[in-house]
Amino acid sequence: MLIKHSCDVAAADITPRGVYLRRRDFMAGAAGLALAAVAPIHAHAAPLAAAKSPLSTTDEPLTPRKDIISYNNFYEFGTDKDDPAKNAHTLTTKPWTVKIDGLVGKPAAYNLEDLVDTAALEERVYRMRCVEGWSMVIPWVGLPLAAILKKAEPQGSAKYVAFETLVRPAEMPGQKGFGQPLPWPYVEGLRMDEAMHPLTIMAVGLYGETLLNQNGAPFRLVVPWKYGFKSIKSVVRISLTETQPPTTWSKSNPREYGFYSNVNPAVDHPRWSQATERRIGESGLFVKRRPTLPFNGYGDQVAGLYAGLDLKANY
Amino acid sequence: MRGWTSKPTTEMARPPPTLARHLLGSDPLRRAIYIVGLMPAVWTFYLGLMDQLGADPQNVLERTLGLWALRFLILTLAITPLRRLGGPNWIRYRRTLGLLGFYYAALHLTVYLVLDQGLDGAAIWADIVKRPYITVGMLAFTILVPLAVTSNNASIRRLGGTAWAQLHRLVYVAIAAAALHFVMLAKVWAVEPLCYAAIVAALLAYRLAVYLRPRHQKRRATEAVAPARSAR
Repeated sequence: MLIKHSCDVAAADITPRGVYLRRRDFMAGAAGLALAAVAPIHAHAAPLAAAKSPLSTTDEPLTPRKDIISYNNFYEFGTDKDDPAKNAHTLTTKPWTVKIDGLVGKPAAYNLEDLVDTAALEERVYRMRCVEGWSMVIPWVGLPLAAILKKAEPQGSAKYVAFETLVRPAEMPGQKGFGQPLPWPYVEGLRMDEAMHPLTIMAVGLYGETLLNQNGAPFRLVVPWKYGFKSIKSVVRISLTETQPPTTWSKSNPREYGFYSNVNPAVDHPRWSQATERRIGESGLFVKRRPTLPFNGYGDQVAGLYAGLDLKANY
Repeated sequence: MRGWTSKPTTEMARPPPTLARHLLGSDPLRRAIYIVGLMPAVWTFYLGLMDQLGADPQNVLERTLGLWALRFLILTLAITPLRRLGGPNWIRYRRTLGLLGFYYAALHLTVYLVLDQGLDGAAIWADIVKRPYITVGMLAFTILVPLAVTSNNASIRRLGGTAWAQLHRLVYVAIAAAALHFVMLAKVWAVEPLCYAAIVAALLAYRLAVYLRPRHQKRRATEAVAPARSAR
């Protein structure tokens, strides 16, 4: 799949060689990942080739890689921001199978490689807005979720997509012991039209390398117009359903978190304002808040999905 | 037992302290506590300037200052139980620790107002009236202001020991609000804030137990919360 680029992408930025190499590179990356199992955390990332996508956000500087890989919410590895980077190396991500079931023509446990092979890998630069009031700009590598769902042949009755994160307490220290912060597995969901939207991707890498475990390796959702917690990590199951699936944060605190969780500066979190955000990696100690944009700045592409929906009631 | 009786009464006639003496005190050990006590603030700010506080340095600075405010307030409340349960008598340093707690709370608030909110009056006001954890935090700080202002011997003289002691019992409300503020800002029931809340609850429960004790035993307990005039 070769994408015609609009004029805002420089000719030098187009990397067509990645298109035909992509599968081989992903496989090589996965092999490198296995070889690097005994090396320090950073060695886990292996290079990935990907074509730059015209759907990328192009007008903002990228958040430094060191911040993206060290400042994470991934409660399966602990609740502090630096816990995932400290603890996630224990997770084995090879082999990785993803069960696709529910209202699909071809339910099966798919090998990750076979799912990733359904479309060309693309680099998508997206803003990521956390519900806590901070944001990043991340160069993801991934492919449209739509391509993966089509492989499993969705049935006409499917209205929602449910996602599930791995449960493996032996390798996920946040899932064992006293005082678990959330019920496991972590589950998330999208409406079918949200899942099929071209902006919605499953990411396998960032900054041109395979995902590190703290970022949701090996396979995670990215929905850039919703708060970060919707973009579920380390996905092992995708189910198509007729009814709206439960989602972890709204189960945990339904007053504060709803199913939609679209980024919306006009609808505050009950405990804090969502009008502004702090961009991570920008200006250090003296970083100034910037206004949060409706749908995280992707309103032109996605606002139509919610025509007629009361966004205050459906937060 | 009563620390202040050992000091000569002539001390009461001293002129009001200068600002430097008000901030640092004249006792060398007390000065040392101030200097060591302010090190976490200086060090964290330095690390922030050197870009050594991770991805969200402003948040780390804000939280570190708030956490030290709570820690110093806990120490002030620990002094009486420590002495009465057979430990050493550190009443001489209670004012120092209390003022350190206030200074940290003031720095914490300053980072929130200036760095975090950029002195955006509308956003700050909206936070105070609409966000319960900010309301509770502001309540804690507001209570600490008159306590800090009257943390000197001149104020004890002016108010009289009983009224002064009654005023300073407001620290119980302030510390409860501070602990609640910490618990309320986490997205889930987090272990660390709950541990601090448990410590605060234990220290307040101790006061309540003393208050509910039969009258003949209560006299000694009242002495325990009387102002420490030796603190100057």
